[in-house]
Amino acid sequence: MLSVSPVFFYLFAGLAIACSLLVVFKKNPVSSAFSLVLVFFAFAGIYALLDAHLIAAIQILVYAGAVMVLFVFVIMLLNADAPSLDIARTSAALKVAILAGCLAMLAFFVVAFKRMSPPAPLGPYTAEAVEAAGGNTRVISQLMFSEYVLPFELTSVLLLAAIVAVVAIAMRNAKKPGSAGKEA
Amino acid sequence: MQVVEPWVVLTFAATIFLIGLGGLMLRRNILVILMCIELMLNSVNLSFVTFSRMHGDMAGQVSVFFIIVVAAAESAVGLGLLIAMFRTLRSVDTDDIRLLRE
Amino acid sequence: MLGLILLFPLIGFLINGLWYAVLQAPQGRKKAGSLATGLVASSAIFLSFAVGVVAFVQLAGMPEGARVIENNLFSWIKVGGLSLDFVLRVDPLSSLFVLVIAGIGTLIHVYSIGYMSHDETPGRFFAYLNLFCFSMLVLVLGGALPLLFLGWEGVGLCSYLLIGYWYQDIEKAKAGKKAFIANRVGDLGFLLGMFLIYTTFGTMDFSALREVVVQRFGGMAPAGAELAAVTGICLLLFVGCTGKSAQIPLYVWLPDAMAGPTPVSALIHAATMVTSGIYLVARLDFLYALSPTALEVMAWVGGLTAFVAATIAVVQTDIKRVLAYSTVSQLGYMFLACGVGATGAGVFHVITHAFFKALLFLGAGSVIHGMHEEQDILKMGGLKKHMPRTFLVVTVAWLAICGLPPFSGFFSKDEILWMAFASNQGNRVLWALGLLTAMMTAFYMTRMWIHTFMGSERFDHHKVHPHESPIVMVAPLYVLAVLSAAGGFMGVPHASWLAHWLEPIVPHVVPAEGVNHSMEWVLMAVSVAVALLGMFAAHRLFRDLRRPEALKARWAFIHKVLWNKWFVDELYEGALIRPIGRVSQALWRGFDVAVIDRIVLGFGRASEWSGQTLRLAQTGSLQAYAVFLLLGLVLTLGYMIYGLV
Repeated sequence: MLSVSPVFFYLFAGLAIACSLLVVFKKNPVSSAFSLVLVFFAFAGIYALLDAHLIAAIQILVYAGAVMVLFVFVIMLLNADAPSLDIARTSAALKVAILAGCLAMLAFFVVAFKRMSPPAPLGPYTAEAVEAAGGNTRVISQLMFSEYVLPFELTSVLLLAAIVAVVAIAMRNAKKPGSAGKEA
Repeated sequence: MQVVEPWVVLTFAATIFLIGLGGLMLRRNILVILMCIELMLNSVNLSFVTFSRMHGDMAGQVSVFFIIVVAAAESAVGLGLLIAMFRTLRSVDTDDIRLLRE
Repeated sequence: MLGLILLFPLIGFLINGLWYAVLQAPQGRKKAGSLATGLVASSAIFLSFAVGVVAFVQLAGMPEGARVIENNLFSWIKVGGLSLDFVLRVDPLSSLFVLVIAGIGTLIHVYSIGYMSHDETPGRFFAYLNLFCFSMLVLVLGGALPLLFLGWEGVGLCSYLLIGYWYQDIEKAKAGKKAFIANRVGDLGFLLGMFLIYTTFGTMDFSALREVVVQRFGGMAPAGAELAAVTGICLLLFVGCTGKSAQIPLYVWLPDAMAGPTPVSALIHAATMVTSGIYLVARLDFLYALSPTALEVMAWVGGLTAFVAATIAVVQTDIKRVLAYSTVSQLGYMFLACGVGATGAGVFHVITHAFFKALLFLGAGSVIHGMHEEQDILKMGGLKKHMPRTFLVVTVAWLAICGLPPFSGFFSKDEILWMAFASNQGNRVLWALGLLTAMMTAFYMTRMWIHTFMGSERFDHHKVHPHESPIVMVAPLYVLAVLSAAGGFMGVPHASWLAHWLEPIVPHVVPAEGVNHSMEWVLMAVSVAVALLGMFAAHRLFRDLRRPEALKARWAFIHKVLWNKWFVDELYEGALIRPIGRVSQALWRGFDVAVIDRIVLGFGRASEWSGQTLRLAQTGSLQAYAVFLLLGLVLTLGYMIYGLV
């Protein structure tokens, strides 16, 4: 179906699953963060295998680059106390329930995906068509500036709103040095 | 050439999603919780890309692009809130932010 | 062009209304005098009259049978299948009404400048008066029923505002309320009739309606369900007419409406608004002609109203009340005419009545003005000497209403009587009722005339110095006097210009077979003789004031009944108003407080309780929320994939 080489796929998939487990179960947030970077890279690889080259590049730039830097900065900024694995404080029964629930959901998904009816008739953008049209990046870019230009412009508003929000959150604390200082 | 069935890729995405969800439920450190959310978002992105390949429709990949933008904004705001919370409470533990409970 | 007829009074209303509301109304501000405000209002209505005359002349220049001017101003209502334009239409019938309304309106506006000169807020008065003219013109110019209804409600509102114009007096405010409520009862009938027309014929535009009716029945009498529908429509609309035109059983508001300033009584409650019922019937004459039942009901209601109101008028001593009951009686006459199929005669009487009744009211206003707000005719007398001009014009009006040739009232009243006798729907009893009413009319009008102007002076000479009214009030009286004297010649029997003019709207009535034409002349002589008899009797009786006192003592019971207006107000109070009040009280306590309030409070308590309960689910733990998220996800996915079966 998908012209994906199984070897590379299972390699990346195994790496991603292992590292995401590490993200969840590592005591130290720094370790979690670095495991997360590996997950992001593994995902980028899978995107590339799926011929989604632009997404793979953005994945590395935005996630592995920008978002991770943000995480690491925050961890440094907080410089929290001795790390602890807070999972220990959850009751055993709840842990079992969550585990069982997740496994059940997984089984549920697998059954669902296997029962899924075969893919609908192929759209205009088959691998060959995309190749002929000048590659994945060109096709997406053209779509982005024609059919999806309005959402695309709206994302800029969203980003602006996010910037303003973050600045406002930071400013409020800076504005009251008295109170902030007392707590610090 | 051997190929990978779509359901395998989707199952892989679901696995990552459930790992992220499990982490979200188990961990109390907000930093880690945010990371788990990133995991879940990534797995959804992967599903999108897979479906996009399956159906030969670029809308899936365009959606992924927008999700990434939203996720970036989300983590920026989330981390900003986290810093604000840490400044006031000196803690990143979710157990300490139940002030609205009676 | 027709828009201009409406525009001028509207502008006048806006100028006076805004001027009053913004600059004069606040406490302590100086109020404008009656001259400035009155000139604005009078010129507004006069311009409207001028445009009306132009429209009339244009209409007269058109070929017969095609006399209609139509202006579609704008699209008014568009809902679902209903599309309604703001169409103004002038045809022979409405052109006459426009002339009467704007013409008499102008005279009364001018008169009011003098009459309201001592009033505190003439700006408000003239604003209302202009608004009234606007609404009344909408009523007669409207090309469709809803537009007519707009004007119908507008004049009702203005009538309410003007009756209660001196609202500091609680009695007068109550009179306004009474008029409004009685009118609302009638309006319900009007509305239902309008809806029934729409569901039956699918249109509410008059000309379209006429076409549909002609097409559907084509001269044949409707039968079965359609006859029932037509009769229902006619009767429901007639209920509206009984409210607006003061017929039994809703006439009770009109005598009380005399609480308003006298020019208002002349304009609204004698000459124009109260005749809108006749206008409606004339406008829908083609529909009424199809329903003998509705016509019969209308004839009897009209005849009885004419008679009952006349009996009450015989004993009243308030000059305006006498005139008010006389108006009710004359309106009954008009409906009698419409009821026997002679709508043209009804319209004729509307016009002549507008002339002489407006003149009578304005004359009475002049008397009241000169007598320092004295309205009791028993405290007047001998005013001939003090107010010669008023005396002269009121005498003309008196002769007109009594029905002496060649004054205008004679022609219209006689035509009605003749039709009541001779037309297919008429009969001897209705004719006799009309004749009796004519005699009583002559009787009580003579009584009023004698009490006011003749005999000894019964007022207190130290307090009251009767004086003639200023020229601004007398001049309109002269104009009206000329019209009252000569207005009848537009409808001379067998050579009637009016009947010919109205022919496209209301067909000419032919007397029933077997009625001898020479009878007409005999009956004419009889009605003149009867009028003379009434006048003579009144003259004999009231020349000496002791005689009526003796009569009163002998017939004490009858006098008491008539003096108390047949106890109709008391009957309504006991049979309708108080029970309704009691039921409302019971509903308020039993249903509103006990049920509705409890339900509303119950909702408040329920949400309080549910909030208290559901609050427990909010643990504040992020993990718990995540678990709920998972649950929701499972349910959603399950539904999407397996349909949750």
